[in-house]
Amino acid sequence: MDIAWFVVLSAFIFCIGAAGVMTRRSPLVVLLCLELMLNAGNLALIAFSKMVGNQEGQVFALIVMVVAACEVVIGLGIIVAMYRRRVPIDVDALSELRG
Amino acid sequence: MSATSWGWLVLLFPLAGTLVISLGWRVWPGRAPGVIGSAAIGLSFVSAVLMLLELLDRPHDSRSLVDSAYTYASTGGFDADMAILVDPLSVLMCLVVSGVSFLIHVYSVAYMKSDRGYTRFFAYLNFFVFSMLLLVLAANFVILIVGWAFVGAASYLLISFWYRRRTATAAGIKAFVINVIGDVGLVIGAFLLFDATGALDYATVFEQTPRVFATNDGQLVAACLMLLVGAFAKSAQIPLHTWLPDAMEGPTPVSALIHAATMVTAGVYLIARMHPLFEQAPAAADVSAVIGATTLFVAATIALVVTDLKRVIAYSTMSQIGYMVLGVSVFAYSAGMFHLMTHAFFKALLFMGAGSVIAAMANEQSLDKMGGLRKAMPFTYVTFTIGALALAAFPLTAGFFSKDEILAYTLNRGGAYTILAVVGYVAALLTAFYAFRMVFRVFHGEPCPEARELEQGHLAHSDPVNPATGEPEDVEVGYPGPEHHIAEREWPMKAAMAPLALLALVAGFLQVPGVTDVLEKFLEPTFESSHYVHEHPSDSSEYIGLVIGAVISLAGIAVAAFVYLRRPGVTKHLAERYRGVHDFLANKWYFDELYELTVVRPFAAAGRFGRTVIESAFIQGFLVGGTVRLVQAGSSFARSIQTGELRAYAALLLMGVGGLVLYFLIVAS
Amino acid sequence: MLFEQFLFFVAGFGAVAGALGVVLLRNPFFSVLSLVAHLISLAVLFLLLSAAFLAAAQVVVYAGAVMVLYVFVVAYVGGTEEDVRPLATGAVGSLGPLFAGALLIELTIAVIGSSLSALDGEGADIGASFGSPGEIGQLLLTKFLLPFEAASFLLLIAAVGAVVLARKRRGLEEPEQAISVADLMRSDVGTQKEAAG
Repeated sequence: MDIAWFVVLSAFIFCIGAAGVMTRRSPLVVLLCLELMLNAGNLALIAFSKMVGNQEGQVFALIVMVVAACEVVIGLGIIVAMYRRRVPIDVDALSELRG
Repeated sequence: MSATSWGWLVLLFPLAGTLVISLGWRVWPGRAPGVIGSAAIGLSFVSAVLMLLELLDRPHDSRSLVDSAYTYASTGGFDADMAILVDPLSVLMCLVVSGVSFLIHVYSVAYMKSDRGYTRFFAYLNFFVFSMLLLVLAANFVILIVGWAFVGAASYLLISFWYRRRTATAAGIKAFVINVIGDVGLVIGAFLLFDATGALDYATVFEQTPRVFATNDGQLVAACLMLLVGAFAKSAQIPLHTWLPDAMEGPTPVSALIHAATMVTAGVYLIARMHPLFEQAPAAADVSAVIGATTLFVAATIALVVTDLKRVIAYSTMSQIGYMVLGVSVFAYSAGMFHLMTHAFFKALLFMGAGSVIAAMANEQSLDKMGGLRKAMPFTYVTFTIGALALAAFPLTAGFFSKDEILAYTLNRGGAYTILAVVGYVAALLTAFYAFRMVFRVFHGEPCPEARELEQGHLAHSDPVNPATGEPEDVEVGYPGPEHHIAEREWPMKAAMAPLALLALVAGFLQVPGVTDVLEKFLEPTFESSHYVHEHPSDSSEYIGLVIGAVISLAGIAVAAFVYLRRPGVTKHLAERYRGVHDFLANKWYFDELYELTVVRPFAAAGRFGRTVIESAFIQGFLVGGTVRLVQAGSSFARSIQTGELRAYAALLLMGVGGLVLYFLIVAS
Repeated sequence: MLFEQFLFFVAGFGAVAGALGVVLLRNPFFSVLSLVAHLISLAVLFLLLSAAFLAAAQVVVYAGAVMVLYVFVVAYVGGTEEDVRPLATGAVGSLGPLFAGALLIELTIAVIGSSLSALDGEGADIGASFGSPGEIGQLLLTKFLLPFEAASFLLLIAAVGAVVLARKRRGLEEPEQAISVADLMRSDVGTQKEAAG
């Protein structure tokens, strides 16, 4: 397959993820959509790595995976903390950073 | 020691006096400030005498010495030194200023004894003398302007000496504002001269004047007129004269020193000093002569009707300076300076006498309330009368020789100047009249209550009031002290008035035409370059002038004696019959009202307009307020983006990414 | 060749379906599961791109560890069905898909219309060991040593952070009370007040 197909697919997945971030109410699902976007990025990176013939893109993608894992850990930790403190698990209700 | 070293000392002593008195104001006990101040001026006078002697030692044609202490500024084409000029004219002025100031300081030691601001008074007075000497000894326009400004400041400080009196502070402000107008004129004049000649020191400017300017050259006339503005503001000539009568709000020694003997003569000194310029621009000199003549007449008419004793003397000062201005404007320099000297003597004497009288009257200054003080105050009576005789140019007094010499010179110039001379003679008649009006009203006639009390040996006291408005006052700091000091009881006052009385009688013999011309010979080196200095009236015409002057003076005194001694009620009848004329004169020819209408109100209106429209509405409201509101609007817009909602932030992020991609897309294609 | 294309379409379809499932399914648990499916499809795609190691890492680390973590949290938090429509109301909620669509169009134009000719090919010639663990490992330990170490450091911080975030605080008077940022903005606590006494 042409590399272009992979890149277009990655763009598609990215946009689905973006739509999900903007639309869902539960922070858990928002995080999941974030994961989608990250993975789309990964796909694009690896496609380009193949295009160029260089493995640096793959290493980059590996690091992105590490970062995504860390981010998930922290995000879930926050959600757990929120749940413990009886804060509603609802993105629309969290607006103390207003102003 | 050379003459210029004495010159520096003449300056230094009053300055040291000021500093010593003012820096140690908490420390000085009792009379110490007065003694220190008088001593400082006394030393200054001694230095001036020594300076004179040193100068006389030198040959006739090298009597113009300039000494520079340091160079104040030296840029391209512009040199300003801290330099003094010692020549006969400045030495004469120094002697007159320091001598009369010394006597007035001695007088004030006693007169201001009970005033709470005693120390402050002497500090200011010494500062004034320093400034005046600086002005007189200046060798270039820069130092002249500095001295000029200082003198104005000292005048303001001393006029509003009793600063809690509203009338005094108002008078001080009036004097200062008019002074500043004069300062501006002086500076512009100096600048115009600098522009043409490229220098600021007298020697270079005077030397360059005939080369750079044609006769009556436009720029030179303009410069001279500007200098005249300065001279007239300082010397209280029309139209810048309105401050002088109000300046009588200051203590009497101040009136004696500043507004009779010294500061107001600065204008005359200026014109005399700038004689090369005025001779090259006779048009300006003519303007000056006309104004001098006008002032002497107008002031004399006003002095006929005003009732405040000090103000009569003030108007007579204005009138006499008009004579001096006339004298130096018709290029009769030695005559003008001679009159300056004699006037300093008898005017200071008159003011000192008036101070004593006012003290006896418990600070009452109106002639209407005075009378018959002759028996109660013999010393004051005698000295005051001597002063009045000199003012009226009674034969053989000092004023006689000096005033009539000016008028003789004016007649000699001929042509249109004859009119000015006639005006001068008419005003001389009026002068004699009002001089003795004062004497007869104050000392003759029915004794007033205060006089009777004093005859019994008891000095009158009353509740302190403002003499001008009658509102009650206090006697603490900022007001006159509780006690009044008359000459009969205070030896310093007598010690000061006696020498002046003597000088008022004999100083005239310095310049008897055809017999002695000490002053003229002395001043010759200064006025050498003048074309007119040798245009003497002949001795015979001078004698005729003296005779005319004597006749006029005696006639005036006789009329005054008739009116006030024989028929005391005549003046009241005349005032009622010629009410219009009387009011016109009593209101000082309505100058104050004229200025109020044409100058004060428009400026005040402009100020109000500036405050309400330009300042409040435009700058505060629009510019400042507008900027504030703009910033506030911007920041509230920025604040509205921060909703705190995660979704909005995510949307913004993604929109940003979309925008960025769009940009790169466009750029790449 | 044909097999590759077929595999691409299958895996691509699986990825897209998984993505849509994440976004559209109401129950968070089902969203997690569809993400797992998405990840596995992505791993297949990675294999197609000769990234063997990465495909393995994806399955083992991402789908295996991270998603398991997610499942645990969803189970703990409850993963409640969202009471109202999952697609939220409000301006952003309704316009969200539109933005995403616009973005998609932009990116597609960018990719297809780009003058990068290499996109139209199958990529450069690569060796057989392209994307093998050996090669990746070599790169990680030589050229990209610093990012490697930094990434491990990041992992450490994340682990510590997670522990800190999720521990039970002792000594809290009323754990029932919901704490909000407004509590921290009370004016009678804080350094300035204390400093001023």
